[in-house]
Amino acid sequence: MNAVFLLARRELSTYLNTWWGWVILLVVLLIDGLLFNAFAISNKPQYSAEVLESFFYFSSGTTMIAGLILTMKLLAQERESGTMVLLESAPISEAQVVSGKFLGAWGFLMVITALTLYMPFLIQLNGKVSWAQIGAGYLGLASLGAATVAIGTFASSLAKNQVLAAILGGVMLVTMLLGWMLSRQTEAPISGVLAYLALYDRHYQPFMRGRINTEDLVYYGSVVFAFLLMSTRVLQARRWQ
Amino acid sequence: MIEVEHLSRYYGQHRAVDDVSFKIGDNTVVGFVGLNGAGKTTTLKVIAGLLPPSAGTVRVDGVDMATAPESFRKQIGFLPETPPLYTEQTVTDFLRFVGSLRGVSPKDLEERLPGVIQRCQLSGREHWVIDELSHGYRKRVGIAATILHKPKLVILDEPISGLDPEQISEMRSVIRDLGRECTVLVSSHILSEVQQTCDRVLMLHRGKIAYEGTERDMEGRPDSSTLVRIAVRGEQGALQAALKSLDYVREAQFTALDGSVEAVIELDGDRREDLVAALVMAGQRLRRVEDAHDALEQKFLELSREGAA
Repeated sequence: MNAVFLLARRELSTYLNTWWGWVILLVVLLIDGLLFNAFAISNKPQYSAEVLESFFYFSSGTTMIAGLILTMKLLAQERESGTMVLLESAPISEAQVVSGKFLGAWGFLMVITALTLYMPFLIQLNGKVSWAQIGAGYLGLASLGAATVAIGTFASSLAKNQVLAAILGGVMLVTMLLGWMLSRQTEAPISGVLAYLALYDRHYQPFMRGRINTEDLVYYGSVVFAFLLMSTRVLQARRWQ
Repeated sequence: MIEVEHLSRYYGQHRAVDDVSFKIGDNTVVGFVGLNGAGKTTTLKVIAGLLPPSAGTVRVDGVDMATAPESFRKQIGFLPETPPLYTEQTVTDFLRFVGSLRGVSPKDLEERLPGVIQRCQLSGREHWVIDELSHGYRKRVGIAATILHKPKLVILDEPISGLDPEQISEMRSVIRDLGRECTVLVSSHILSEVQQTCDRVLMLHRGKIAYEGTERDMEGRPDSSTLVRIAVRGEQGALQAALKSLDYVREAQFTALDGSVEAVIELDGDRREDLVAALVMAGQRLRRVEDAHDALEQKFLELSREGAA
């Protein structure tokens, strides 16, 4: 377990000690702020709860994009720069490497997400929203972020370089997002499976409205577990190549 | 003790390492040589625990790679040709990270760091960002990271590649120094380097061990003899006569060049100073005297010719 936290800490410090991490942080906060101004605080009269729902809606987009960008280098860069040998020759398992990398990237994504808290507070100042909706919304962002980071980690484990990892991760993410569209084009029981597997539509929207369903938490947990397991298997398989 | 038994490694249908077996005792520096494609890097990666073998076993001090892979990796320090470094970190931050990753406790880490930094001649550079270091210093950081956890076996792949003559000389002393504490396996294309730093030689050819032992064994000489190469201006006959009168000259082979003669001479014991004095006294116009260790080179060339045939 120590090795997992050691790797997570190193990953987190890499984001904080390089321009790369700060640029992502600033760009995400800037886009979130602009979208908040442009769409959430519009001229038409809205309930505070609707404004908050809009905030969680567009924040989910920036969270997913940031998650992909943060993870594209996780394993692909280690392979590209030859430092993977440090991890492979250390007395740690592939599962520990993947878990540590995942936690570091997700941790930094959560730092960025936490910095958007001022926006719900602004709504609270000018209106009234329930703390439960804020909490549920952020839990949704954390869950969606974790799933995106796990997908990105898997893409990074497969790709030879960071650009390829970003493209691969993007394709996987979009495929999972579009599950709800495909479900409308197919018949039961496949439509039901596709609708359940869709990353956003069915599982994220309840969080935006302040509802926490166990089913949605289990879904995101399963996505994280499945993609991290696949990443571990990829690293193990690479040893045989 | 490093024990490798019937080690084989396939890449698809290609057999890169073919039933390799050898044992290396403690505190020995072993040179791992062979032509390109001989299977050196694959063998080193398998021994380092980076690649699983297709067949065979590797044990370090009785710890088996297959049954206890993580304990096995704790016994190994591996430095590839290009040192794997996080170049945005400072030397000490990097070493602390690698040490912790290899299971060294924070207390032991702080105790060992100054000694390792001194031993790898990194004093004065410990707070530098690795990105700002020269290639030679990066190699040293790589070695420091390799030995920090006190491994039983240190594997260095081409440790002097890309170093300037001064750095090569410093690297030699680092490697010899390492050999006092652990077993060191050095892979190199530069035979003179292997001759100068290694106690034993392991020669790999087409995935098999082509030779294992000391260079002296390869030359077929007893431990007490010395081999020197000399060049003199003059006739071969005069040199032969001068050498014949010296009772400590066991054997000599001559090559006549244009106006001069080159000879490789086997001496009984280390009598190099006596030989030089005797030749000068005999009026031989001595132009060059050097250690002659060409058995390794000859064996290497034999394998090259065999490979080309």
